[in-house]
Amino acid sequence: MTRRRAAAAGLALLTAVLTGCSSSAHESGGAKQKLTVLAAASLTESFDTLAKRFEAEHPGVDVVTSYDSSATIATQVVAGAPADVVATADTKTMDVMRKGKALAGPPVVFTRNRLALVVPATDPAGIEQLADLQHADYVTCVKSAPCGDLAAGLLAGTGITNPPRSYEVDVKAVLMKVELGEADAGFVYASDVVAAGRSVEEVPLPQGTDAVTDYPIAVTADSEHQDLARSWVDLVRSREGQKVLAKAGFTTHAGTSPPA
Amino acid sequence: MRAARPRLGRPPAHLLVPAALAVAFLVVPIAALVARTPLADLPQHLTDPVVLDALWLSLWTATVAMAISLVVGLPLAWVLARLEFPGRSLLRVVVTVPLVLPPVVVGVALLTAFGRTGVIGALLRELGITIPYTTTAVVIAHTFVALPFLVVSVEGALRASSREYDEVAALLGASRGRIFRRVTVPMALPGIAAGLLLGWARSLGEFGATITFAGNFRGVTQTMPLAVYEALQTDPEAALVLSLLMLFVSVLVLAVLRERWLGRVVP
Repeated sequence: MTRRRAAAAGLALLTAVLTGCSSSAHESGGAKQKLTVLAAASLTESFDTLAKRFEAEHPGVDVVTSYDSSATIATQVVAGAPADVVATADTKTMDVMRKGKALAGPPVVFTRNRLALVVPATDPAGIEQLADLQHADYVTCVKSAPCGDLAAGLLAGTGITNPPRSYEVDVKAVLMKVELGEADAGFVYASDVVAAGRSVEEVPLPQGTDAVTDYPIAVTADSEHQDLARSWVDLVRSREGQKVLAKAGFTTHAGTSPPA
Repeated sequence: MRAARPRLGRPPAHLLVPAALAVAFLVVPIAALVARTPLADLPQHLTDPVVLDALWLSLWTATVAMAISLVVGLPLAWVLARLEFPGRSLLRVVVTVPLVLPPVVVGVALLTAFGRTGVIGALLRELGITIPYTTTAVVIAHTFVALPFLVVSVEGALRASSREYDEVAALLGASRGRIFRRVTVPMALPGIAAGLLLGWARSLGEFGATITFAGNFRGVTQTMPLAVYEALQTDPEAALVLSLLMLFVSVLVLAVLRERWLGRVVP
């Protein structure tokens, strides 16, 4: 009996450990330098690609990326989460970090993303235009996340009074609901439409309702690798970086295209 | 007249020191939370309708989940503890799987079963029943994560109380159903109560499975942990106050239950 009890206690502890550790960066062994990049969930694919290139160009450097809602990143960084570079999906969340004195210098806008309305490839609710949302089960991000803020702003200008069925934690959660067919439609970014491939289809928005958000990037004040962190920002803003972002569905930001 | 109890000597340090460490480990983060919370804001948050909706939803969904868990979990615990059949060990493992699954995975698993396009969900949808985005989904998610706590706890209690009592009752002519009601359950009451409290508490704190499977909408699927998460994104101080409020309510409920009901069964 006691042995069984002990086993049960062990199991409970295991549960706590498993559920408790979420996205903490894995430790790298040896003398490798670790560059920690915290970025908006929508940057997942492009930053993963750029991380590989960066590591190839900087032997001995291990780029650790972590993706989350921009609002969560801002909260964590202000609270002292270890990070070298932060990139968010709007200037509002970046301002939280700037005001929290968490940045080494002023942030720069490196790309833009367009809000997109997507439906599952099967389009179960037959949504052909924005107005069809009035009679559909759609989802958006929480209003505190840039994607939710944009969607709320866009919807406020239309006659749609039907609220979303759920406010998801971040844009990838919205995409998942649409991909699984658990929502008739959802507001994501143009970059997510590219990332999702054929599992979703974009519904064109009426002219004039376009909602675009700027993506700023900055080196953190607490970064122990300021030079390396700046090299990452340079890579993201370089022609090569912009190409990767454009391929991922982002809109190249005119003001940041580097000379040659 | 009391029988003299044998002296056991001083409690050994190698037990007391780790025990003290365990207490410190559990108490420090909670104390830090309390210390950091701007308590002056508490009344203002207490009257916030968003908070009240979330708190009320959390309390009653957790309670309904435990009622369901009791109805199906008690018989399951009895089957595991009292019946001998091939595959019993395997069944025991299956029952505990939800304990080790990350909650978000539980959410995805529930979606693939009960979602709009899920194995069972698609059939239900043809009948006009949609589960995601409803309070029913919250209860399902809570029951899924809390039921194993009840089963494991009750099974332990049933196995601890000897079968011999059941056998004596059978000799005296009681049917198996009557033995279950009049002998087995009363003897396992402390275990059942403990299992219910554990499950209820687990339910109250549930986040990942709920937001993945049920969604997040005020008054319908937004439980307290979801409201705390949303607040954390915009107003970390409000999130602290909400967390404290949740802590306070759960401690209050647990304390009252212990006093009123558990006091009689748990020594």
